[in-house]
Amino acid sequence: MHSKSIAELGAAMRAGEFTSVELTRHFIDRIDRLNGELNALITATPEQALAEAEAADRAIQSGKAGPLAGIPLVQKDIFCTRGVKTSCGSRMLDNFISPYDATVVERLKQAGAVSLGKANMDEFAMGSSNETSYYGPVRNPWDRDRVPGGSSGGSAAAVAARLAAAATGTDTGGSIRQPAALCGITGLKPTYGRVSRYGMIAFASSLDQAGPMTRSAEDAALMLQAMAGFDARDSTCADQAVDDYTATLNDSLQGVKIGLPREYFGEGLESGVAASIEEAIDLYRQLGAEVVEISLPNTGLAVPTYYVVAPAECSSNLSRFDGVRFGYRCEDPKDLEDLYKRTRGEGFGAEVKRRILIGTYALSAGYYDAYYLKAQKTRHLISDDFKRAFETVDVVMGPTSPTTAFALGEKVDDPVTMYLNDIYTIATNLAGLPGISIPVRAVDGLPVGLQIIGNYFNEGKLLNLAHRYQSETDWHRQTPQGFA
Amino acid sequence: MQWETVIGLEIHTQLATRSKIFSGASTAYGADANTQACIIDLGFPGVLPVLNETAVDMALKFGIAVDAEIASRSVFARKNYFYPDLPKGYQISQFELPIVGKGSIGIDLEDGSQKVIGITRAHLEEDAGKSLHEDFHGMSGIDLNRTGTPLLEIVSEPDMRSIKEAVAYARKIHQLVVYLGICDGNMQEGSFRVDANISIRPLGQEAFGTRTELKNINSFRFMERALNYELERQIDLLEGGGEVVQETRLYDADRDETRSMRSKEEANDYRYFPDPDLLPVEISEERLQRARQAMPELPDQKRRRFEADYSLSPADALTMTQSRALADYFEQVVASGADAKMTANWVTVELAGALNKAGLDLSQSPVSPEQLGGLLQRIADNTISGKLAKQVFEAIWNGEGDADSVIEAKGLKQITDSGEIEKIIDEVIAANPKQVEQFRAGKDKLLGFFVGQVMKQTQGKANPGQVNKILVAKLKG
Repeated sequence: MHSKSIAELGAAMRAGEFTSVELTRHFIDRIDRLNGELNALITATPEQALAEAEAADRAIQSGKAGPLAGIPLVQKDIFCTRGVKTSCGSRMLDNFISPYDATVVERLKQAGAVSLGKANMDEFAMGSSNETSYYGPVRNPWDRDRVPGGSSGGSAAAVAARLAAAATGTDTGGSIRQPAALCGITGLKPTYGRVSRYGMIAFASSLDQAGPMTRSAEDAALMLQAMAGFDARDSTCADQAVDDYTATLNDSLQGVKIGLPREYFGEGLESGVAASIEEAIDLYRQLGAEVVEISLPNTGLAVPTYYVVAPAECSSNLSRFDGVRFGYRCEDPKDLEDLYKRTRGEGFGAEVKRRILIGTYALSAGYYDAYYLKAQKTRHLISDDFKRAFETVDVVMGPTSPTTAFALGEKVDDPVTMYLNDIYTIATNLAGLPGISIPVRAVDGLPVGLQIIGNYFNEGKLLNLAHRYQSETDWHRQTPQGFA
Repeated sequence: MQWETVIGLEIHTQLATRSKIFSGASTAYGADANTQACIIDLGFPGVLPVLNETAVDMALKFGIAVDAEIASRSVFARKNYFYPDLPKGYQISQFELPIVGKGSIGIDLEDGSQKVIGITRAHLEEDAGKSLHEDFHGMSGIDLNRTGTPLLEIVSEPDMRSIKEAVAYARKIHQLVVYLGICDGNMQEGSFRVDANISIRPLGQEAFGTRTELKNINSFRFMERALNYELERQIDLLEGGGEVVQETRLYDADRDETRSMRSKEEANDYRYFPDPDLLPVEISEERLQRARQAMPELPDQKRRRFEADYSLSPADALTMTQSRALADYFEQVVASGADAKMTANWVTVELAGALNKAGLDLSQSPVSPEQLGGLLQRIADNTISGKLAKQVFEAIWNGEGDADSVIEAKGLKQITDSGEIEKIIDEVIAANPKQVEQFRAGKDKLLGFFVGQVMKQTQGKANPGQVNKILVAKLKG
């Protein structure tokens, strides 16, 4: 049951082969048995999941089932879920029970999905290895001594290990795509504004975007269909019709123009990863696509730009965690200043504090122009690179991450090296573009992700390219040992 | 040394929207603590602000009224600082690109002339909550009901050269925002809050002196007092060889003094940056046109119209347009047929006096404009004398009916029949031969005595003009 896709599971339940309750029990059982070694979930909610499964079964029987009826998922613990602990991977919110559902959670519920629990993540989504979580690191199902990537590492590991049919993730600088690549699953970061951010705990508001993490492009299409769309509660959410993503999955790739940015194939890219990517691109050529080399000349500015913009926004977004109204509060504060200092000193981990400090500095009087304003300008340059590229090509392709999964602890003390792991994913967030990562040929038993970047609101095209590749290959069907 | 005072004001007006600027929670004043703060106001994890367009419309009204530049694109920015009554740790405000740019407003000086005061800008922002430092046994209470209430902060140029001018400007802005219906103007409840920047310089010097900012001024009276205190303090400092320190000072109304709150060095670095949760506010030409068309008549326009249409003196026109409610009342009285000048007098003297005595607002007046109009017509057509009219007014005030029925019921109708008046005068002359003799001998002042006697006989109902005329004729004859 656990190796079936969302579409297959839906069909089987509608055909009466098994019920959602049976399917949900099966996943709950797998979580019980297998989560211990992965630490992919922070909170499991089996009772709630079974109640939702029962409701889904009734809906399926009455023929009124939503498109995701009875499909068991996990939610990244960054999404507020009513009545359930929503920790954001932080001690700061270890005691926080959200009084409301995020729009993404609400929409997936409406589509009939069942929530198995909340996935582990880097604290406040700040990290590329899931090692900054207050709840401990997540282990990569392909090699338990390696990281799953981050920040949506718990979501990626849960899907890769078949602890859930799919998961939600969020991506601020690569947090869906990089863990998807490192865990061998499909992860889609939609266009900024395609999915509502309401109820998604903010890291960097101008970059954050929610998306599906699944076993296939087809599953991602089904998930995104339910998640996307206008939401009046988020002013930055686009009031634009949602395409029918499954309708275009099988479109021909004849004449599709793929651009390969030369900056994405240079120094720092592991040769094994490069070879896998070249092989995948060859397949696209065989499918009729035209492949051309392009240039995104300002690629080198992406990481430094990101590490001004994202920390600046986070330094402000995280000010609300002050021990006054919710979340962690230090013991016996002497006075107001003591309350603030100790609450935040004790409640936040090192990486979060580092970014708050960087961001506070970048916004300070006398530095604002040199850092924040400058970064806004370089952000424009990066967007313009893509704008020019999409005048000649349909999509941009390259590696998702320069390496395969690295060892736990390997980069945790070297933030700059860690930050460089997101070198290929960050630019799309800065430009607000959609990007997808799909598994291609593994290297030494470790997954490799191919990234496809599209123009604004071109998620359908990305899913189409991803699906056509997955129709010809079975890298997305591979299951790590011990989780089959 | 002669000193010149320089004052600029920052006025926070609470906009009279029903819901908050970024959430759907109610803005009503006076609810139990923390009952009108939703998860957005409380800054819960994951929530997002959505702009209340009514607040934008209100800002537009103000901008149009002060003939200001309206930004076709304005931007909300975050002002970052920690305080328990600021749930998000930042206030959403406007910084570099406010919705209302440069404008101006005329204030009326004592000599009857007008002075134009520049308005630097007016921007939208959210209010913070309230910290309550009493009644919590060494701890502080926080009431977040006010959090997120829309504010329009109106910043003036340092154009005022006296405390009187500053008060006149503040009153003018107060009158305007109430006129526009964008603020209830209640200073006690904090709907209209004034911060004053004041400095002094030797008369003739161009460079500004060092200023201080006064906060916590919650009435015009306190504003005048706070500025007076601060002006004296600064003069004393400079004349004593000292220096004014740039700082924020709090006005303490109980002690009638200002005291230092924080100096420039202690000032926060607010780390303003554009709020990524909100799109820039784009004002289209069509929206601006709609706003222009929906503008009510402004106080100064109304005043000029009152002078022209009703032939009121400038002073009366000014008084009658003090508030929209008063102007409306005045126009309704006149519309019912009363003379404009007489209406202005009655509204200012009798009605205002009675309302004041009873502690009532014009909207609570027991005398309707139509009733007052009816009364004034009876004075004009000589049905009753001006003196008796006050009695009639009192009766109307007490709910005894309109002017005609009161006059009828009390038999107050003026005696205008010359024959009847002559008869009474004859009686009075006959009854007072000694006084008649004295009058005829040249004691003119006694005419008042005879008038009084006639009025006494008629219980004040005789037409005074007729009485005078006939008396003089008879006495001289």
